[in-house]
Amino acid sequence: MAESQAANGRMAAQAREYVRVDRVTKRFGDFVAVDDVSLSIGQGEIFCLLGGSGCGKTTLLRMLAGFETPTAGSIFIDGQDMTGIPPYERPANMMFQSYALFPHMTVAKNVAFGLEQERLARAEITQRVGEILELVRMDAYAQRKPHQLSGGQRQRVALARALVKRPKLLLLDEPLGALDKKLREKTQFELLGIQERLGVTFVVVTHDQEEAMTLATRIGVMDRGEIVQVGTPTEIYEYPTSKFVADFIGSVNMFEGRLVEDEPDHVRIDSRDLGGTVYVDHGISAAPEATVWTAIRPEKINIGRERPDGPDNVVRGVVREIAYMGDISVFLVAIDSGRMVRVSRPNIVRQAEDRISWDETVYLSWHASSPIVLTQ
Amino acid sequence: MSGSRTRQSAVSSRTRLTSGRMGPLWEWLFRIAPASWSEYVLQHWSGRAFVVAVPWLWLALFFLVPFLIVFKISFAEVRIAMPPYTPLIEWVSGQALAVKLNLANYTYLFTDDLYVSSYLYSIKVAAVSALWCLAIGYPMAWAMARSTPTWRSVLLLLVMLPSFTSFLLRVYAWVGLLKNNGPINSVLLALGVIDEPIALVQTDFAVYIAIVYSYLPFMVLPLYNNLEKHDPALLEAAADLGARPATAFLRITLPLSRDGIVAGLLLVFIPAVGEFVIPSLLGRTDQLMIGRVLSDEFFANRDWPVASAVAIVMLLLLVIPIMVFQRFQTRDLERGR
Repeated sequence: MAESQAANGRMAAQAREYVRVDRVTKRFGDFVAVDDVSLSIGQGEIFCLLGGSGCGKTTLLRMLAGFETPTAGSIFIDGQDMTGIPPYERPANMMFQSYALFPHMTVAKNVAFGLEQERLARAEITQRVGEILELVRMDAYAQRKPHQLSGGQRQRVALARALVKRPKLLLLDEPLGALDKKLREKTQFELLGIQERLGVTFVVVTHDQEEAMTLATRIGVMDRGEIVQVGTPTEIYEYPTSKFVADFIGSVNMFEGRLVEDEPDHVRIDSRDLGGTVYVDHGISAAPEATVWTAIRPEKINIGRERPDGPDNVVRGVVREIAYMGDISVFLVAIDSGRMVRVSRPNIVRQAEDRISWDETVYLSWHASSPIVLTQ
Repeated sequence: MSGSRTRQSAVSSRTRLTSGRMGPLWEWLFRIAPASWSEYVLQHWSGRAFVVAVPWLWLALFFLVPFLIVFKISFAEVRIAMPPYTPLIEWVSGQALAVKLNLANYTYLFTDDLYVSSYLYSIKVAAVSALWCLAIGYPMAWAMARSTPTWRSVLLLLVMLPSFTSFLLRVYAWVGLLKNNGPINSVLLALGVIDEPIALVQTDFAVYIAIVYSYLPFMVLPLYNNLEKHDPALLEAAADLGARPATAFLRITLPLSRDGIVAGLLLVFIPAVGEFVIPSLLGRTDQLMIGRVLSDEFFANRDWPVASAVAIVMLLLLVIPIMVFQRFQTRDLERGR
């Protein structure tokens, strides 16, 4: 389902641009929160801004909502320049990280607030509030005050309050941050369902890569005010373009090395970090003898007692730690060069007869297509 | 089993009480008091009870007892003697106990126009002053709550700074400012706005200005305390949902600050009703406020019973708003804020 949605999102992005961020910079005094960012978000997309705290993702979102004014550059929503347009006149609605529900109003009043600003008829307001509360399954709580609700319920009211205005663009600031893991996963799929039904464009800010991976059609990874990579979850995970992204998303083993063989169809990297050579089955664009970094994901490394054939892509080590996580086991292997390598293996059988254990000498190997070669 | 435990705790608190510095006193108490009393004291008197007892004792001694004395005097008759009123309870020729309850003081308050008009005038002055304080204090508190933390403490200090000077001095300063040859009249005369000094002292205007000036901090502080706690995200959410700043203020900020408004209004209104100094120095001579009437009854007229009745009625007038205030406070506590 996520796959097909990602595909839909991409197609939509090509079909029609809904949000354009054009060379936007935001400074607070000397501090540059957002640094010359350009983005294009398609209609019906779920676009995630992912990054650590202080990377500028929330500032960027607040500029989309109109709570902050860009120092330079402009933002276009549906082709219209948003410069100088106050939040209350923008076609976007925001779901706040703190939910920002009005504490003196009931759930129904909170949700109706936005519609009352549009001066709709009483009857229509009542009807639309009822519909949206039903959609987020909060209709039974319409007369409660926010302080009588649980975290998950508040989150749904906040979502309903933003959605009831039928915005073309919904901005979500860490939407699931306050929920526990189980509720979070459930809500993620609920959000996807709602997005699919209403066709709203979502821009989601999050520091949680899992959240970004599940929700997003595309992810923009931010670091120190800049967008470092934009791509689908698969692209971001499997084809990161920088050490930062490779390291930030998931876990990775990174080895520094030197390019010793540079052919159009393959390259070979000599790495002292690794204590061996890495053979990669595709060409890369880098100067010969250049310093490059090889990144290999833990789940793409095989672990075994026998040394596989061939001179490349194999390294010997001793198992130092094993972490049993249920679905997978993570091995920390000290290789001969002294580095620790992280390997994860799915636990396919319930009880393996001959399981690799502590202090065993093992060989780590990987397929020639697995290493990611990074030049920056 | 539980019985033996309470016995044990009684024994332990007995040793605790009798071993302290006041030990001998406790021992003496336990010896002379009936056994059931001692038992009760040992089981129920914890340290916490004593801590709570101190303010209660204070209130009982300095508020409740004087109130009861005034209440008693209000039912007496005036006489030229020492004390200047008749006793309420009397032995008639050593035979019978006579209780004389004289309600004439209360009925008298409603026969003479002076008292009714003074009460009404006091309430009017206090209410109008409280509303003016709200009108001036709300923007002040709002601006303070929205300024940076450094500015906040500076502004907070500025609000409280005048209170460091004596209240009486500040009222006298207003007399100086407002009198016929004071700076305000002089400037207006020099500018040619007026041809002859306008009478500012001994007017309603002077009373309002001094009351509003003096009681403004009592409005600003509870309001600031309330507004400062508002989550700025609420106003952003309102704007995001399409509310213009004015609508957001009316529908979010104002209702959420209701408790601060009520507290401020009562904190200004209640003391302003009984205000004595300001109307005496700056107020009209043809219309007294009730505080002045009270003082005149006591000290000029030496009619203690009528004065006491005036005081009791004033208290009743104030108790109603105080009870309203209390109700709001308890509701807040129940709401857990």
